[in-house]
This record gives sequence, structure tokens and C-alpha cells, in this order.
Amino acid sequence: MVRKLMEGSEFVSEAVRLCRPDLVSAYPITPQTHIVESLAKLKADGKIDAKFLEVESEFSAMSSVVGAVAACSRAFTATSSQGLALMHEVLFAASGLRLPVVMIVANRALSAPINIWNDHSDTMAERDSGWIQLYAENIQEVIDTLIQAYRIAEDNRVLLPVMVCMDGFILTHTIEPADLPDQKEVDEFLPKYKPTHAVLDPERPMTLGPFAYPEPYFELRKELSKAVDDSKEVISEVNDKFAKKFGRKYGNGLIEEYKNDRKIAIIGLGSVCGTLREVVDKRKDTGLVKIKCYRPLPKEDLNKALKRKKIVIVLEKAVAIGLGSGPVFAEIRDLLYSVKERPKIINAIAGLGGVDIRIKDVNALIDESKNMKDGEVRWLKS
Amino acid sequence: MKKSKDKSKSKHTIGGTVKEPGSAKVLKTGVWRNFKPVVTEKCIGCGTCVLFCPEGCIKIVDKKAKIDYDYCKGCMICLVECPVKAIIKEREEK
Amino acid sequence: MVEELMSPGTRTCAGCGAVLAARLVLKATGKDVIICESTGCMEVTSTQYPTTAWKVPWIHVLFENPASVAAGVKAALEAQSNDHTQVIAYGGDGGIVDIGFGAVSGALERNDDIMIITYDNEAYANTGVQRSGATPFGASATTTPAGLESIGKKQWKKNIPMIAVAHGSKYVATASIGYPQDLMNKVKKAMKVKGTRYLHIHTPCPVGWGFDSSETIQIAKLAVQTGMWMLYEIEDGKFKMTMKPELKPVDEYLKMQKRFKHLKDDTIKIIQDHIDKTWKELDNLEKSGVNLRTIL
Repeated sequence: MVRKLMEGSEFVSEAVRLCRPDLVSAYPITPQTHIVESLAKLKADGKIDAKFLEVESEFSAMSSVVGAVAACSRAFTATSSQGLALMHEVLFAASGLRLPVVMIVANRALSAPINIWNDHSDTMAERDSGWIQLYAENIQEVIDTLIQAYRIAEDNRVLLPVMVCMDGFILTHTIEPADLPDQKEVDEFLPKYKPTHAVLDPERPMTLGPFAYPEPYFELRKELSKAVDDSKEVISEVNDKFAKKFGRKYGNGLIEEYKNDRKIAIIGLGSVCGTLREVVDKRKDTGLVKIKCYRPLPKEDLNKALKRKKIVIVLEKAVAIGLGSGPVFAEIRDLLYSVKERPKIINAIAGLGGVDIRIKDVNALIDESKNMKDGEVRWLKS
Repeated sequence: MKKSKDKSKSKHTIGGTVKEPGSAKVLKTGVWRNFKPVVTEKCIGCGTCVLFCPEGCIKIVDKKAKIDYDYCKGCMICLVECPVKAIIKEREEK
Repeated sequence: MVEELMSPGTRTCAGCGAVLAARLVLKATGKDVIICESTGCMEVTSTQYPTTAWKVPWIHVLFENPASVAAGVKAALEAQSNDHTQVIAYGGDGGIVDIGFGAVSGALERNDDIMIITYDNEAYANTGVQRSGATPFGASATTTPAGLESIGKKQWKKNIPMIAVAHGSKYVATASIGYPQDLMNKVKKAMKVKGTRYLHIHTPCPVGWGFDSSETIQIAKLAVQTGMWMLYEIEDGKFKMTMKPELKPVDEYLKMQKRFKHLKDDTIKIIQDHIDKTWKELDNLEKSGVNLRTIL
């Protein structure tokens, strides 16, 4: 293991190198660009073996990665915002085909109007795509989650694509210290991808992506849905195994409770949890429940962590337009619905388009929450 | 209805991948026909019909063209392309 | 007898040109191939879950990405030290000429070591014969129907083979199911070249074009004999006509198909003039010995 001080994007490229993909295929988009550029530099200096495809669009980036994984290779791509939106069609194909594609999304707001800063509208828009979604709070967690993502995706009990979400600019362009594991240890943790379920090999010809009539389509969708739900077990297991080998743990891999023995709980995803930890440290009435795994939604864990609270504040960086609230808020309300004495649940929509989420605003919100109505949606902008 | 004890048993492959190559042959497209091509003794076994059959259901057996009527859709390309006019058109007996 | 690598039992129309093209391509490639196919007639009719007509590895992801899927597959094979398996991006004129063209252009520009093959039935046949960029001038399609104020499609056919050579492709060819030996020879030749190779196969469609299912091959031959489809090869930039018939009047081809039956003499003359002009220019091009890869 070696401790380094680098820009987040550079750490990502090092982590990708450690995972030994056969193909790196990515199209540059702010704020993911430094990741693609760092990887290209590693390739130019002969430090990474992967084949590079300088694709002409994100659509082709994801399509080529799907092709490579179908041909039994490990592959990597990364994108943000509009790029992820352009990949939308392929995302559904990848999960439907049950191909363990792994991607980094440097979260950025969706147009229009065009905005390059961080929020979660891009990945939230893909929450039904059948991809596992894991959110990272800091660079160390990005590195560790990327390594875990390949292990989770390629597990025979899972065989699903995984997106590792890191906040654009906040994590991609910030310089932080972090530990990079040894190649030998990562090799031991990530055995070679050897599929039998969907393979492009002239020795055993298979047809991937056939045409399905209504009945089999319905049944296959149900199986996909179940596979995503069931993957929670493997996600937790990999989190534990990673901890044993590399010494770092992230809650139970699905959620993390930080000082959650208080009456109020605030929920966050991604880097804002760093801010929330600071808030919680200075208060005695509020704890943090961090959602690391958003898809599949860990309903049981969240229910257990939240049901005895007096107030639950869902702070999120996206809005489900037409629903009048954020998406996570709606889902939290749903999973607490049958609790006898449910907490008051309020929604704070924050950080859209990169708006700063300040400690004093969060504190003010928590103070105000005691007088707010259940179900209230607050657009948090100073 | 009695629930299956083994919940993990699915009648589908993971992701709908079809693992048996050429399994489409279970569909006997021959039932589509109203007319069928018939090879007469004029056939010289040149293989032109084999090459042009869109269904790939003609073979040369003992130097003569043999049509697999399980799959022949009755398009009559073989009749038109035969250089010695050895194929004739007959109504399908239903 | 060459092994059939597609089983019968596809749900293609009787007399379908596209399925014949697929069979012929596979006869030329043999088993060591991976097909990356776009949505379209062939895909829908040959892979109805839980069956498949294909006896080679085959993947369908989306309508517009066979070229990028193929690029990814090829990259994976290279990483696995497999330099013998042919990777083919296979699609209709919808998936390759129109909606998938961006991916095709990207692959050509990168010179990915894949073969891109279009089976051209000159329309979005699978979804009911809507016009595509490859629909010929004057053809009636459901989105460019002939009418009191319309002759059908107003634009000329998009010339993808020439666009491929402009990207620097070392092997580009046109073929027809009417000349199967020529088609298979071209596939075999393409297999020996490295980089992105492009093959465009003319595949008449009885239902879409409006002719009897028995006439598919006759129509295919007539297209070549009237100059409505020209057979050529561009090897390393050098253009060569692979068939140079005495051109028959285009009317002979047009009158056999319902999609052209509305055409009046003046439009037929426009088409005939266009063919005559193109034929002459291509003849000049061949004689000049100009290297298209250098100048484009």
C-alpha cells in the first residue's frame, strides 16, 4: 500500500490501472475529463496494458464496453451528466443482457440550461436502469468502491452493471491524500472475469440480446428486478471482505450510521456526507445516515435505522420533477409508511447545479425542522 | 397453485441469452406454404438452387437437389433460378 | 458442401434477400466469427427467444451501435491474444447508413479492425418499409409515399461505400445476392485485410419493394444490369468495377416493382440520366488510376 497526494481524477486512473481492464473506452466531458486524460497519459507511458478506444461519443463508449464485456473481458468507462444521458439506451441493454460493466460517473447537473457543476440529477435519472448505484463520499472511498465494484458486478450471484458515483469537481478536481493498494493484493481480490452465462466465443456460440415476446419479457424483467434486489447481500459481503483485506470499511456496504443514536437523522449521499459529519459532530440532537448503496435501495437497513427517529431530514441533490420532491425523499417516505409511529420526514433539495451546501444552512435547517410540517419540501439555497 | 419449493429455478437463462445454436429449426416454416416447388428428374445436381435458397433448406443428396419441406416457404426462387428448369410448382395438399 | 451456419426456421418473409445475404456471408467467413448485429429485419426474425437461427456467436445490443459494439469485442479479443476471429458489425441500411452512422464513422476513423457489412433493402423494412437514407430516388416508402404532389423519395441514395473510402478504409466493396460467388469472394478478400473494412450488399425485399417472392434474384441481377446497383471494389484506394455489363434501360428494373410504378416518363428519364452520368464518371475514375485514399 502506498499513500499519495493527488487530484481525485488521477487517483481514479490509478485505481483503474490496478483493476487491470482489457479495454478503456471513454469520451471526455467536464468534469470527468481529467480521468480520461490521466488514463491516456498512463497508456502513453506504457503503465497500463488496456487497449484504448478513442470513441466519438459516450454512446459508443458504453456500446464498446458492453461488447468487450460480452467477449469475456473486463472494461472501464467514465462519464458525467449529458454523457450519461446519451448512454441511457445502452444502460438498459447492459443490465438486460446481465453484463458486469463498471463505470465511474462524475456527477454533474443535467441540461438545460447547461451547467457543469455537481449535483445528482444525472445518476438519479438512471435509477430505474437496472444498474447498481454506489455513492462515494471521498477519494479513498471512490478508489475502494471501484475495486469492490468489479468484484460485485462479476460475482456469479450478481452479474449486473455497477456505476460508482463521485461528485464532479468536488471529488474529481480536489487534491486529497489517499491510500493506493498494492497490485498483488488487488489481483488477489479481483480474480479474472470468466463468465458462462453470456459469452461471445466461437467455441461455444451463443446468441445475446434476442427478441422476446410479452410473456418471456415480463418474466425476464422480473428476474432482473430480483437479481438487483438480491445483490444487496453480495454488496455487503464484498464490503466485509474488502475490510478484512485492505482494512477499510464503509458501514455495512449499503448504509453507514454515524452517531445515529439521536432523535433526528439526516440522510445524505456522496460527498455532502463529509459536511454532514461536521454538522453532526457539533450537535447533540442529530445523527447521519449515509446511503452508500442507492440501487438496490436497502429498505430494511434504512427502515431499521430510521423508524424510531422523531425527525428524518432527507438532504438530496436532485429533484424528481413532477413529483414535487426529491426522489430519495419519496422513497424514504415509502419505506417508513408502515411504521406505527413514523417520524416526521422532510425534504431538503440542495446543491443543484453546484450550489454550495454550507454548514450554517444545514444547522439552520435542522433547527427549523422542529417546526416544519411533515412532508415539507425545502429548497435549500442561502 | 402449489408454489415451487426451489425458488431459484428459473425456466429462463440469465439475461435471456440463447445457448443452443440453430435452435430456430424448431419452427417449421413449411406450414406457411400454399404452393411447393418439386424437383423433377431433369435435375443435374448443379447446386444453383442450394446457393439461392433463402432458407438454406435444399441439399444435394445422391447428385440431386432435395428440398426439406419442413422449412420451404414456397418462395419459388429455386424454380426461377434453376438453369435447366428442373423444378415445377405444385399446389400444396392441405 | 459448405456448412450452413444459420439454421432454417427464421421468420423472414418468403423470398427474403436479407437472410440469403446472411447465409452467404457466413459461408464465406466460416465458424471463426462474432456477429454484432443491429435491430432490424434479420435480428428480429432470427433470434426469437428462446431460439436462435445463428450457429456462430452473436450479439444484439441496440439499433444504432453495432459498429461500436464490434469495436469493443475486437478490443477484448486483442487483449486475449486472439487475432484470428473475425468481428463483424452487421446491420441493415437503417442501423448502418442512418441512425448508426455516427458509430460507423467513428470506427472507420479509428480504423478499428472490424468488418462492417450492410444488408441494404433500401428502407426500414422491419418496421413497415419507411424510407431510409438508402432508399433510391423516386421510390415510394410509407414515410415518402408517392402521391398527387409527390414522386416518393426526393433525395438520391446515400453513398456509404465512398464515405468509407474517404475515411481511409483499405477495403470497400459493393455486392449483390444476385451474384453470390462475387459476394463470397469479396467477403473472403476483406477478411484478409486489417483495419476497418466495409461491404455493402444489395438485398431486394419482395414485400417492401412490391414484387413476387420468386423474383428476388432476378431483381437483384437486374439492378446490376441496369446500373441501379453498381458492383465495385476499392482496394487500398484504387477503384475497380467488378462487373461491367452492357447497361439495360432502367425502366426494365423499375417496372417490376410496385414502389416505382407511379413514376412518370420524365422522372424515369432523370433516373436514367443519373445512372448514365454516374457510370461514365466511375469509368473515368477507374481509368484514371487515382488513389481515393490519398485525395479524399
